[in-house]
Amino acid sequence: MHDQALAQEQYELQAEPVYKFQMNRRKFFNVLGSGLAVAFSVTNSMGAEMMGDAKDAEDQLSAWIHVGENGVVTVYTGKAEVGQNIRTSLAQIVAEELDVAMDKIDMIMGDTALTPYDRGTFGSRSIPYMGPQLRKAAASAREYLIDMAATAWKTDRASLRLEKGTVINQKNQQAIEIGKLTAGAKLIKPINDKVSVKPVDQWKVAGTSVSKVNGAAFITGKHKYVSDMKLPDMLYGKILRPPAYGATLSTVDISGAQNMKDVTVVHDGNFIGAAAPTLRIASEAIKAIKAEWKTTALPSRGEIFKHLKEKAEQGNGRDDNSSGNATVAFNTADLKIEQTFNVDYIAHAPLEPRAGVAQWIEDKLTVWTGTQRPFGVQEELEQLFHVPKENIRVIMPDTGSGYGGKHTGEAGIEAARLAKEAKKAVKVVWSREEEFTWAYFRPAGVIEVKAGATKDGILTAWEFHNYNSGGSGIETPYAVANKKIQFHPSDSPLRQGSYRGLAATANVFARESIMNDLALAAKMDPLEFRLQNLKEERMKGVLEAAAKKFGWGSVKLAPNHGVGIGCGDEKGSYVATCAEVSVDPDDGTVSVTWVVVAFECGAIINPNHLENQILGSVIQGMGGALFEWIDFKDGKIINPHFSRYRVPRFSDTPTVEVVMVNRKDIPSVGAGETPILGIAPAIRNAIDHATGKKLYTLPLVPNGLNL
Amino acid sequence: MELLINNKKYDVNVHADESLLSVLRDQLDLTGSKYGCGEGSCGACTVLIEGAAARSCITMAASAAGKTITTIEGLAQDNKLHPVQKAFLSVDVFQCAYCASGMTMSAVSLLKKSPKPSEQEIIQSMQGNICRCGTYPRILKAIREAANL
Repeated sequence: MHDQALAQEQYELQAEPVYKFQMNRRKFFNVLGSGLAVAFSVTNSMGAEMMGDAKDAEDQLSAWIHVGENGVVTVYTGKAEVGQNIRTSLAQIVAEELDVAMDKIDMIMGDTALTPYDRGTFGSRSIPYMGPQLRKAAASAREYLIDMAATAWKTDRASLRLEKGTVINQKNQQAIEIGKLTAGAKLIKPINDKVSVKPVDQWKVAGTSVSKVNGAAFITGKHKYVSDMKLPDMLYGKILRPPAYGATLSTVDISGAQNMKDVTVVHDGNFIGAAAPTLRIASEAIKAIKAEWKTTALPSRGEIFKHLKEKAEQGNGRDDNSSGNATVAFNTADLKIEQTFNVDYIAHAPLEPRAGVAQWIEDKLTVWTGTQRPFGVQEELEQLFHVPKENIRVIMPDTGSGYGGKHTGEAGIEAARLAKEAKKAVKVVWSREEEFTWAYFRPAGVIEVKAGATKDGILTAWEFHNYNSGGSGIETPYAVANKKIQFHPSDSPLRQGSYRGLAATANVFARESIMNDLALAAKMDPLEFRLQNLKEERMKGVLEAAAKKFGWGSVKLAPNHGVGIGCGDEKGSYVATCAEVSVDPDDGTVSVTWVVVAFECGAIINPNHLENQILGSVIQGMGGALFEWIDFKDGKIINPHFSRYRVPRFSDTPTVEVVMVNRKDIPSVGAGETPILGIAPAIRNAIDHATGKKLYTLPLVPNGLNL
Repeated sequence: MELLINNKKYDVNVHADESLLSVLRDQLDLTGSKYGCGEGSCGACTVLIEGAAARSCITMAASAAGKTITTIEGLAQDNKLHPVQKAFLSVDVFQCAYCASGMTMSAVSLLKKSPKPSEQEIIQSMQGNICRCGTYPRILKAIREAANL
């Protein structure tokens, strides 16, 4: 159910992937050297998966752990690192259960030849799904190692403990390092699903602020992102882009490029690209191509909201969630609010644009690319090149961010097409303009809300329709007897797809704006009004935590300042955000001066990195809240540069105070997305508080507030 | 043409309109300086020229001839990290870290010019560097730490 809600608005994903486990036992130890391997499998009879091509059930996550002769613990997971620092937090989980030092853990991630199949790194799934499996794998490995020591010492395992990478017999202080135990062994053991794991309150490594793994490589420039890679004799690729969305090639003459020295030109359907020894020559070759395009009429930004509404599926949209009679309840409510919200397209604008390096050696293809779905890209390549998947390896080095914007593998695919023809390795790095234009956007949308309450502030009616932007976060956490909630897919003129928090950023914005306005209509404090209509204790918990830290209700305000609050939940975590803004009475400039954000995602694995994710979400969320929007006309993106598409900068940064609610009694879930939800409505409601102006668009004030 | 980068002389052939960033990355394999926008708007390509921060993507390589160029690769001396790098590590600033080199070089330039900068000075001087992960509060903290503020 959860996955359906995700898939609905992951417009960028098309084909259903096929799940396969590719590495057999012999290959496994060839790669790893001898030792003990603990592998996860759905049936827990891992043999089938190791040996052949048994198919995992959809969503089946896999991971394995290897304890080598040198005592190094190698963890294999198909998850990818895009800055959320799961390389660190997943390693902490293993270090905790196996009781080995962090520097003895080597994480192999997102490599289709080495790691088990993984559907992708999205939806805040790494910690709640991969985390527990690695925890069990590590705990199972611990128990096997103790078994091995017991056998070696011919003693009862009850007196044995694994501590700091060494098995110790507490009776006689006999000790052996785990690497020595596994020396020469070639053992594959299944994960024991019932193995006991360490209670949260006994965590020593998990739950602490371990620093970013390989941190020094990043601040010395040594880490190689894909865009930094260079292979011997590598060529640089450039692609001929259409002049606008929806344009198709009518005639083309590539001879000008073909006649250039050292240039390989590929023309395959609508794909035209060139590879050359330097990027300069490749770019000149593209300029030498004479192409004529046929464009199609598309709605521009000025017509987009009308268009999305008109083209939306009518009647029962998806995510239909009704109870009682929302229409009657609205019509008879003491207090009513009916409003339409418009949400613009925005861009992820990851600082590292899409990049791919591809190399063919005979009929075997290797692609390095910064994608959140290396196995998905492998499948795309399989379909595109009609090469068996076993011959395609996709590797994802730690990448310059994604925020949901890198689920696809365009640059890697383009590089592979060019490399096949050129018979040399090719690198394709998208320009900023290409990234802004041809990647996909967070969907634009129209949201219509009708809400009613009693004069005492009890919510009675809730009708909520989202057109196009998505169903994530569309459900209201507030108790209401009569509701109708629908998501209506529509026709997007621009390519659209996932984003941090998906549509929850838009849906929570609309809902929390209405909750603010209803509270004011009921002459109630917006916090009190929310608490009065909430049953969910975890949501109340973060609201109260944020309000307490902020001093909600007793903040001393300077003239032209205002405060606002908003809250939301997604993917099992909860956020509440209080914001203070100032509005310049002369020019309408809105500044966010102070933010308090309270977040709860179960037991905290790494407080420092969690705080970083929360801070980052607030700052990034301010962009979409205040000024980020994609302008487009006749299928062309008008503002595809950082000089024309404003993103948050240092001067936009408010004082941000983070309250992390640590619920050790609740399993940990992901934290990269949900903290973004509260900031937009908190700012919107604060602007209302400061000026009495109620805004219904995202972004709120791209050109300042109209006073 | 000769470029003096990180106290080392490099002989390079450059086109008149070739950016310093392209020479650093594609010819000399000094890939610590990043491409982010190509228009001097994001700061990912920041290097020091004669000790001052410069956007290498809009600096012509030819114009840097004869000048002292420092890139992120040349910041640590004798394997000892620069105080700004140390502070970034100890605060554990980064998420994806693609902006890290540019942030570091901009901060080094600032502290060279103004060892005890005011908050306003820090913000003004770092304003041209974008971190899409939104780690600005931590970068500010690390700069204060590096300046012993």
